[in-house]
Amino acid sequence: MDYEIVIGLEVHVQLLTETKMFCSCRNQFTHEPNSNVCPVCIGMPGTLPVINKQAFELGILGALGLGCEIPELTKFDRKHYYYPDLPKNYQISQYDLPVSQNGIIEVEVDGVRKKFGVTRAHLEEDAGKLMHESSHSNVDLNRTGTPLLEIVSEPDMRSPQEARAYLEMLKLILQYTGISDCNMEEGSLRCDANVSIRPRGETKLGTKNEIKNMNSFRGVEAALTMVVDELLRQTEAGEAIRQVTWGYSIDRNQIFKMRVKEDANDYRYFPDPDLPAVHVGRDWVEAIRARLPELPLAKKDRFMKDYGLSDYDAGLMIQDKKMADYFEETTRISNMPKEAANWIQNDLARELSSRKVAVEDTAMKPEALAELLDLVSKKTINVPTARRVFMKILDGDTASPAAIVEKEGLAQVSDTGPIKDALEEAIKANPKAVADIEGGKPATAMFFVGQIMRTMKGKADPEAVAGVIAERFGIDPEILKSNKKKK
Amino acid sequence: MELFEQTAASLAADIKSKKVSAKEVTDALLARIDAHDKNIGAFTCIDAEGARAQAAEIDSRIAKGESVGALAGVPVAIKDNIHVTGMPTTCSSKIMKPFVPPYDAFVTKKMREAGAVFLGKTNLDEFAMGSSTENSALQITHNPHDFERVPGGSSGGSAAAVAAGFSPLALGSDTGGSIRAPASFCGCVGLKPTYGVVSRYGLVAFGSSLDQIGPFGRTVEDTALLLSVIAGHDPKDSTSRAEPVDGLNAPLNPSAKGLKIGLPKEYFETDGLSDEVRNSVLAAVDALKSEGAQVQEVSLPMIKYAVPTYYIVATAEASSNLARYDGVHYGSRAEGTDNIIDLFSKTREEGFGPEVKRRIMLGTYVLSAGYYDAYYLRALKVRTRIAQDFDKAFEQVDVIASPVAPDTAFKLGELINDPLAMYLSDIYTISTNLASVPGISVPCGTDSKGMPVGLQLMGRRFEDARLLSTAAAYERLSGWNGKIASL
Repeated sequence: MDYEIVIGLEVHVQLLTETKMFCSCRNQFTHEPNSNVCPVCIGMPGTLPVINKQAFELGILGALGLGCEIPELTKFDRKHYYYPDLPKNYQISQYDLPVSQNGIIEVEVDGVRKKFGVTRAHLEEDAGKLMHESSHSNVDLNRTGTPLLEIVSEPDMRSPQEARAYLEMLKLILQYTGISDCNMEEGSLRCDANVSIRPRGETKLGTKNEIKNMNSFRGVEAALTMVVDELLRQTEAGEAIRQVTWGYSIDRNQIFKMRVKEDANDYRYFPDPDLPAVHVGRDWVEAIRARLPELPLAKKDRFMKDYGLSDYDAGLMIQDKKMADYFEETTRISNMPKEAANWIQNDLARELSSRKVAVEDTAMKPEALAELLDLVSKKTINVPTARRVFMKILDGDTASPAAIVEKEGLAQVSDTGPIKDALEEAIKANPKAVADIEGGKPATAMFFVGQIMRTMKGKADPEAVAGVIAERFGIDPEILKSNKKKK
Repeated sequence: MELFEQTAASLAADIKSKKVSAKEVTDALLARIDAHDKNIGAFTCIDAEGARAQAAEIDSRIAKGESVGALAGVPVAIKDNIHVTGMPTTCSSKIMKPFVPPYDAFVTKKMREAGAVFLGKTNLDEFAMGSSTENSALQITHNPHDFERVPGGSSGGSAAAVAAGFSPLALGSDTGGSIRAPASFCGCVGLKPTYGVVSRYGLVAFGSSLDQIGPFGRTVEDTALLLSVIAGHDPKDSTSRAEPVDGLNAPLNPSAKGLKIGLPKEYFETDGLSDEVRNSVLAAVDALKSEGAQVQEVSLPMIKYAVPTYYIVATAEASSNLARYDGVHYGSRAEGTDNIIDLFSKTREEGFGPEVKRRIMLGTYVLSAGYYDAYYLRALKVRTRIAQDFDKAFEQVDVIASPVAPDTAFKLGELINDPLAMYLSDIYTISTNLASVPGISVPCGTDSKGMPVGLQLMGRRFEDARLLSTAAAYERLSGWNGKIASL
């Protein structure tokens, strides 16, 4: 039988606020256990929560980025469960009147755009952490009270690949809005999945399985694939599907059963009497909406339309909003979008990654890259020289690219005189190469390109070099350009 | 007049004008406590050293000519569910031991700033759940007018302390009558302010949407004085009123001329209302009438549902608020458990008394899936209707007068095994909490056994000042004159 896979995701992101959700403790990772706490976030008797306005607004901003509606009335509820990392034994969350609902995320899966529904995004407080020792466990409440936005999707994804693509776009959108850094490895974005299968054509949902702790995008796809395989195996073996909660180990790339659920938890939600319901005025929502940046897919479309970037290049340019801003600024100055995109996705991306520097912090400013592109396009320098200048700036040279070229005499030589001299010198030293060319292996002439470049310290204009060699041996100059085209 | 007989207002004036020192006053009251509290049991903790230090500080500031606050040198007693930095908060429960708050409640901070001297903490029904203070896990408190009788509850220790001349002022908390009932039983004045007038920050929560801290005094003037100190917006309590409340700092205007007083017929039709209480209350209303008040009957038809509504709302909130006492973070921890569930269960089993357990179970039940709509949600709707009844009545009258309790103080042990009868003793006080309106109990004579009777006056929301003025007008006519129980 043909089965359809049904996946929904529950994503928690930590909000980038100054302070915690309901108290004035700093919202930052703190190493020393229980050092970033106050009576409120540790639930000390007598304390009361106060809603963090910044968290509330970031929640709305993120929700708007996910295309959600913002209802006029929202409230906070208490969700009860006993666990030692939850000092009040209830979590302040939102139940039936979330801050936002009914969103849509547009996602590209294998080049096709699909829309996945967002049921709701609501605000809540994070719990602490338990650290288990052999004889006992320790409780660290530093994380307690960290503001979270929980984003619940509709069960709209039909494959693990779609789920991953949804999650990647969710992360990208939230990073664009600036509400969270969405770092899965560090836990500022956490993803749980619900998955079921049903015969194709069936509209009722099958028995769901849950997966927790998939702390990477690859993990989400891998764990979902394994659980789906297990569900298919059970179904084909005629077994009834049970409601299982799975864990996932990234180290072993394995799923494991955490528990088999019998009853639904009763969280005894009720409105938190310490927090009056919040009326969210339309003016307020519009003021927040005005802070919403251009979203990734809109930006991609614009890059293709306005700058003529390919789908592939535009897709790469929008993967990081700051990188996209860098691209636009470089292009604004140089008006060479294609070249800018190439430099950014190859040289710049590689160096930022190996040097562990953020794009906004790099010494190679958009102005400098634009100038570099200009020098190349005017043939003042060739591309290898441009790379040398690029590296010099990253290594700390604070002069502009033009000044570096001037200072270090890097301007390219197009005059054929010195090139011819260098060629003759090389011919004398390499009679065998000459014999090969003349004996019917014109490609061997590439050897002399390298020799000339070496003699001329890389400054020779590659086109002039090709012309001189071609003329000397009577061969087609195109042969000598072939190695530039590798991708 | 002995120092312990003086009102707070006259003590403050005498201390400021150096007729007497704060130290002399504190010593006099500590001596009276030392001599008599063994027979009464009002205090759970007496901080003689701390009180003397506070008094010395006030004396030295007055000697230096520095400005001092409205309660400079005035001794106060604090119900033991309100935090004072460094003094244990027991809530008269085993489970809180040994909890010492590291911060002042909003109200105690205000009192400290006003120069009050903290004598100690007073006994209560465990977590303020009860009407006789017999539910204290620590000790029995005796009514100063008859040691065989209860002081009322849950703020029995505070009422007894004021009535016995241990302290001119005390703080209580009132969730369903816990200030007014003991004030009535002990023959002192007790006010439950409008919900939101006084911050709940630092009050150990029982029923968060009903709890309100309020003052006890032997005179209305003293009661008003303490209210003026503790009222005010607190950014740490989202339910505290942001706008100032009119008239709290103005002198009382003890006049009944032109005042419209309503007598709710349902209150006087209840089974179980003693003739003596009915007659005393009606006589008090007649006295006000003779001073120019107009009296008319009003109707509060939904009042008949007040007790069941209260025991759903209050217990639901209590079951949530008390979830945090689990042996992990605060208070006592059961010995000899080897897993977390047993630690939770045994700690709570050993730590809570029977009434608290009963209410946690009730509250847990009414919030459970499948019962929520039938109980909790329904109770919220009835609560709204009760509030609307009051609103309607207050369109016709300025103040509503009624008994505080169906009878005067009952004997110790008389109702302790009949929780329902105990619950019904709050029948006249509960609805003001449900409707968030203010209520005051002011002495209106004694019954044939010599036990005090209380007149309850209820007012419009945030008309606490008018309520106090009306109470003061009656007080002049009552001839009670801040009477102290003869010990």
